[in-house]
Amino acid sequence: MDIFLQQIVNGLVLGSIYALVALGYTMVYGILGLINFAHGDIVMVGALTALTLVKALTARGVPPYLALCAATAGAAAVCVVLGVVIEKVAYRPLRRAPRLAPLITAIGVSILIQYSAATVWTKQYLALPQLFDSGSWPLAGAQVTTVQIAIFLVACLLMAGLMWLIKKTRTGRAMRATEQNPDVAGLMGVNVNQVIVITFVIGSALAAVAGVMVLLYYGIAHYFMGFVLGLKAFTAAVLGGIGSVPGAMLGGLLLGVIESLASGYIGDLTGGVFGSNYRDVFAFLVLVGVLILRPSGLLAAPAAERA
Amino acid sequence: MIEHRRPVLPQTGHRRRIVHGAWAPGIAAVALCLAAAGCSRQEPASGTAPSAGQAPAEQTVKIGMAAPLTGPQAHIGEDIRNGVQLAIDDFNATGTVVGGKRLKFEMVAEDDEANPTKATTVAQALVDAKVAAVVGHFNSGASIPASRIYSDNGIPQISPSSTNPAYTQQGFKTTFRVVANDNQQGPTLARFALERLHAKTIAIIDDATAYGQGLADTFQSTVKAAGADVAAREHTTDKDTDFKAILTKIKGRKPDVIMFGGVDPQAGPMVKQMVELGIPARFMGGDGMQTPNFIKLAGEKEAEGVYASMPGLPKDKMPGGRQFVEKYKARYGKEVELFAPMGYDAVFVFAEAMKRAGSVDPAKFLPEVAKTNYNGVIGPIAFDDKGDLRNGPITIYEVKSGAWQPLETLSPSDSADKAAPGAAK
Repeated sequence: MDIFLQQIVNGLVLGSIYALVALGYTMVYGILGLINFAHGDIVMVGALTALTLVKALTARGVPPYLALCAATAGAAAVCVVLGVVIEKVAYRPLRRAPRLAPLITAIGVSILIQYSAATVWTKQYLALPQLFDSGSWPLAGAQVTTVQIAIFLVACLLMAGLMWLIKKTRTGRAMRATEQNPDVAGLMGVNVNQVIVITFVIGSALAAVAGVMVLLYYGIAHYFMGFVLGLKAFTAAVLGGIGSVPGAMLGGLLLGVIESLASGYIGDLTGGVFGSNYRDVFAFLVLVGVLILRPSGLLAAPAAERA
Repeated sequence: MIEHRRPVLPQTGHRRRIVHGAWAPGIAAVALCLAAAGCSRQEPASGTAPSAGQAPAEQTVKIGMAAPLTGPQAHIGEDIRNGVQLAIDDFNATGTVVGGKRLKFEMVAEDDEANPTKATTVAQALVDAKVAAVVGHFNSGASIPASRIYSDNGIPQISPSSTNPAYTQQGFKTTFRVVANDNQQGPTLARFALERLHAKTIAIIDDATAYGQGLADTFQSTVKAAGADVAAREHTTDKDTDFKAILTKIKGRKPDVIMFGGVDPQAGPMVKQMVELGIPARFMGGDGMQTPNFIKLAGEKEAEGVYASMPGLPKDKMPGGRQFVEKYKARYGKEVELFAPMGYDAVFVFAEAMKRAGSVDPAKFLPEVAKTNYNGVIGPIAFDDKGDLRNGPITIYEVKSGAWQPLETLSPSDSADKAAPGAAK
């Protein structure tokens, strides 16, 4: 039973990372109707930037916690700039184009970012130097590390913050209005372009934090890490109901747990025919299943009122 | 994104036809030149592309080198390339004369990205570049498909590192290796776990590549034959970094030892996560993880007490080991990663074969490669009838104080192709 609990714990932590990235997908889809495939790679850029900054700062003798916070802020700044530039250069000109055009552009931007990152950071797996001794706490038979607790708490805080922003502030109201109908919102005095830029800013900042979390959790970053992560986060967003912010959070956590349990038990269930190296298959089976059975997702946002 | 930029198979076939078609007129032209020159001594057939503007007393021969030069295993591939480059520079400095001309080597390095499909493309590219011999590839999963192409073109291939037994069991005359294979390595590792670590329950993980899965399979059969319990057999991939779910499942089975068949980009994070989950088992693996990079990825504290096997003697026990390590450090400013000494010796094996045959034509010196009896940096090198290294030793290392320290070396007997335990000491 404690193994089951451990898998759940692992799944929840993985899921919080997926949830943070899924938020970026779902917000952009809600407002622009565009699946931003480049989002996973923004996470990757955040992770690699944070790694470079942490290494540079600790080499100059900055204490680890401070270096980590400064590196996260630096990574967030870089990702925000990257997100805004992508929006301005690749997506804004195609706002009135047929749906396929921005989709393909997004894939193109994704590849461009990956190989630019490979030019800057090489294709090697880069390791994070040991920053602090991570303690391990027993929790009803499972072991939870400090990093895991930190990731989960920070993710929950950020998600709560985002919900507050959307529900209680003017900007949030403007975002909700733009989601419902951009043209009418424009007529009502909302600066639609600015709202879209703000959406990308928030999404990219969350992506940067998610990148730092992945870096801390696995201790490794490399140029291709955003691709599969992005696909899974997109699956999570679809699972929860694309366009719905609570849906992305729920979808992320759920997908993390499903993947963790599948990876742990798939060998036993199939009698050794399929090993745990098929666990990515599970995530995408979930995607296919959701699209077939309940395409609008779990927390299906009815068309009239989203997020 | 997956790089399906050009169809590999149709193009490969197309290029092969061109190469085959070009051999006949090429050899005819050379034969005509020989007859016209009327030399009394036998001139070497420079089937390899001569450099433009060479003085008549010199010939440049291309040596191919294929290994992953980009990607997570690039540090190992570059290490092999550095070893080959050192050998080429040392050899060129000797001014050896073969067939009446001063022989100079030139390296043609190709990146196979540890990908079996890319490896065949790279092999074809090397054949097209008219290399006389190839040092490569690093991964068994790359060496095996590439060997067919080298064999079809008569190019001798020495792998400095591929340990999967299938590589030399395909019936090709051109495949050789300067390391012991997994029919020896797997049982050696297993016997270490059973006899030295007194393991009763063992969990086995592999990375689903030809090398990793093959090593894990031979390890498992030895363990099972000895009556120990295999607690779990799990798989991952050679791109993964998250093993928490697999390790959690293994934790529930309470093994004494966890064995991993794979390379250090996976082994490092795996050990780190194993420690985070509080699993008290000992960890061991094969040559793919016996690198300084493993300790970097896992963290010095987490890597402490990890075991790995590596074909070959410990570097300071190798006949030329200490000088090689110093030479390498002086030239490249870092420690030898893994297989550089083997790459170095492979070049000299080719050079010696060319000297004995008096020719740089692969068709002429290939039989001499098979008859090699050479004392290299790594020790005595001789091949059996399949191309495997005779009496290749295997050393078990342990991580102590942040570095790999050799524990013991075992020398399998000549009949070490059997997978049965008890063949080695």
